[in-house]
Formats: sequence, structure tokens, C-alpha cells
Amino acid sequence: MAQQIHLEVVTPAGAVVSEDVDIVNAPGYGGDFGVLANHAPFLSTIKIGLLTYEQGKDRKSLMISGGFSEVSNNKITFLVESAEFGSEIDVTRAMKAKERAEKRLSQATAHDDHFNQVRAEAALQRALARLKASKID
Amino acid sequence: MPSLKDVKDKIVGVKKTAQITSAMNMVASAKLRGAQEKMENFHPYAEKFNEAMSNLSGGGNTDQFPLMEVREVKNVELVVVTSDRGLCGSFNSNIIKLAEQKRRKYEAEGKTVSFVCVGKKANQSLKKTGKVRNQFLDIMSDFQMFNAREIAQDVALNFTNGGADKVEVIYGHFKSVAVQRPVAQDMLPITPLESEGEAEKRISGDYIYEPSTEEIMDVMQPLYLNVIIYNAMLQVGASEHAARMAAMDNATNACKDIVSDLTLVYNKARQAAVTGELMDIVGGAEALKG
Repeated sequence: MAQQIHLEVVTPAGAVVSEDVDIVNAPGYGGDFGVLANHAPFLSTIKIGLLTYEQGKDRKSLMISGGFSEVSNNKITFLVESAEFGSEIDVTRAMKAKERAEKRLSQATAHDDHFNQVRAEAALQRALARLKASKID
Repeated sequence: MPSLKDVKDKIVGVKKTAQITSAMNMVASAKLRGAQEKMENFHPYAEKFNEAMSNLSGGGNTDQFPLMEVREVKNVELVVVTSDRGLCGSFNSNIIKLAEQKRRKYEAEGKTVSFVCVGKKANQSLKKTGKVRNQFLDIMSDFQMFNAREIAQDVALNFTNGGADKVEVIYGHFKSVAVQRPVAQDMLPITPLESEGEAEKRISGDYIYEPSTEEIMDVMQPLYLNVIIYNAMLQVGASEHAARMAAMDNATNACKDIVSDLTLVYNKARQAAVTGELMDIVGGAEALKG
């Protein structure tokens, strides 16, 4: 059997995942990255997106939002503000959130302060990531 | 001597109060369990976060981060976290007392003080001072990270804009179900944390950072502030319920004492009435005998 790496996903509401897995794919700051067993110590910030991991033939995905990940001693830890499994995601709610965010972005004018635009952008990204995660599972 | 009916009414009234207070006690203890659980769930996150922060801030120049900038302190901001509701003994007033103490201390040093109130109770007592810069109310019943984020962003913005040179958070620390203490914690500027073990530091020294350490810090520092605020909110949440439990327990006991005192008065009054009636009958009979 191939070597495994221990994956932990921790959010403010508690640990979401704590398992030994074959491979982890995550949305890093500079693009998606994959981590296998015995990876060198590594620290990266995480964007809103999809975290997928495989255990044998099992493939699972989570929607995660901002935070960072740390690899050390054959263990990868994600500290993110939220993490949801695809199967837990309310698709209609995510759809609505997506529409709302798109509308807000399209209506945004130069008068709008930057902060609101950033917020709408983040909301849109979260909604898109949720939708993606819900399709995979 | 109060009339029988008066005393009886009073006993009924006090018993009803006792019912309410003991119900509140039970509600508080149920909510305490939930709040404590949330706090415990948050613990690993906070701990790992602190660990990573101390690893990161171990080396490097701290002046380049706006949130770590140490300035001469002229303006101090106190973020006061209390509950939204009262009836929990002296819990909130202790926090506010500490906030006032701090304010007096800083003002004696010639610094200006502003408040950010989280929770209604802080706002109610501190708005008299006219120093409340911002307030966040009605968010203490349901703890959400985005509430904490909003507060942290507001405070951080004020700090980077120069509105405050030092920020402290004052909240009720949940020590145990029986003990809750108001504490003050430094929030801004972020001070580099010392990692605990030297050995640990060496292991974590050879990390590959993506992007650079500086950019990671830029992302992590605001998150770190969220952690501080969220932690304060959770602590206050659990403390509030624990304090309310104790306060309601006391109230229920006091009600029981009053009821037993009143029952004594009631019985005495009844006895006196019976005696009086007997005297009348005996007196009447004596009179008839002639």
C-alpha cells in the first residue's frame, strides 16, 4: 500500500476532517497544489475553493474558504474559516447567493466603495466553490 | 399585622418568581453546555493558529506590517465585550468596571481613550462617557465568525488609519463554571509571539513558504485578529450563561427563604385569627350563661 499523509481540516467550529489519505489537492495562493506523503515542510495561504482528497478509490471534496495550510511531519493541516462537504451544501441557497453576488457586481459603479465590491467578489467565489463541491460529491 | 389574604397573595407571588428564576437557571445551564462546546471546538483552531503565528513571526522584520507597527501611544482603543442580556449577576458590571479603570488609567497618562462596544450591556453603560466609537449589538446570542470578522476589520482599519495606536480587548474570561474573570488582552499592534520550545522552532525553521513569509503574514494577521475577537466572544458567551446560572440559583434560594418566612407570618396570622374567634365564642357563651 502506498504511503499516506494525515489530513486535518480545522475550522473555528471544530475539526471537520482527520484522516489518513493518499493525496490532497488544495487551492493555494499561487495556484492549486497537490500534496503526497512525506512532503517537505510547507506553508501556504489558501484561497476560497475546493479541497479534494483521495483515499484509495474514494474521492471527497470540500468547499473551503480563506485560511492557510501547513505541512510538517507527514501531516497536512488546513486552518480555514469554513469547510463544508459537497453533500452538506444547500445547492439552491448557493445558487441564490451566486445570483445575488453577480447582480451586485454587475450593478457596482465607480461610486461604490471598494470594500463592498471585494465582499461581493468573495461571496461569488464562495458560492461558485460550493456549487462545484456539491456537483462532485 | 398584615391580613391573611395579603400574606397569601405575597406567597403566591414569590413562588411564581421562584418558578421563573429556576426555569432561567435551567435554560442557562442548557445554553452553557452549547456555549462551552463551541468554545472547546474552537480551541484547536486557536491553538494551531497561535502556533503558526509564532513560527512565522519568529524571524523577520516586523515594521513592514501595518498591523504590527509600534507607534508612540496617544490614542488607546478598548474593545469591550459583554453580553446582550442582563440578569447574570455582576458579570457584565465587572467587565465594565475594568474598562472604566483602564480608561481612567490611560487618561491619567494623558492619552485619549475610545471604546468599541460588543454586546448591548457595554454600550448601555459606556455610551454615557461619549467615547464610544462604534458598537456591535445583538450578536452575542449566536456566535458567528463573520460577526467577529466585521469587528476585527473595523478595529484594524481604525488602527491603520491612525485612529488608535494601541488596542486592547476586555472580556469575561471563562475560568470555570464557578469563576469568570474580566481580563484585558492586547490586540494591536500585533506583537511577535515567542514560540514555546526552542526545539520546535528549529524543526519549523525550514518551511517552504508560498507565497513569501511577508505575504502570508499579510493574510494571516487579519485572521489572527478574528481569532482574538471570536475567542473573546465565545468566552463571554460561556461566562454569561455560567454567571446567569449562579445568579438565578441564588435568586431561587432567596425566594425559598422568603416563602418560608412568609409562611411563618401567615400561620401566625391564622393562629391569631382562630384565637380571636374562639375568644369571641367563649365570651358569647359566658354572656349567655348570664
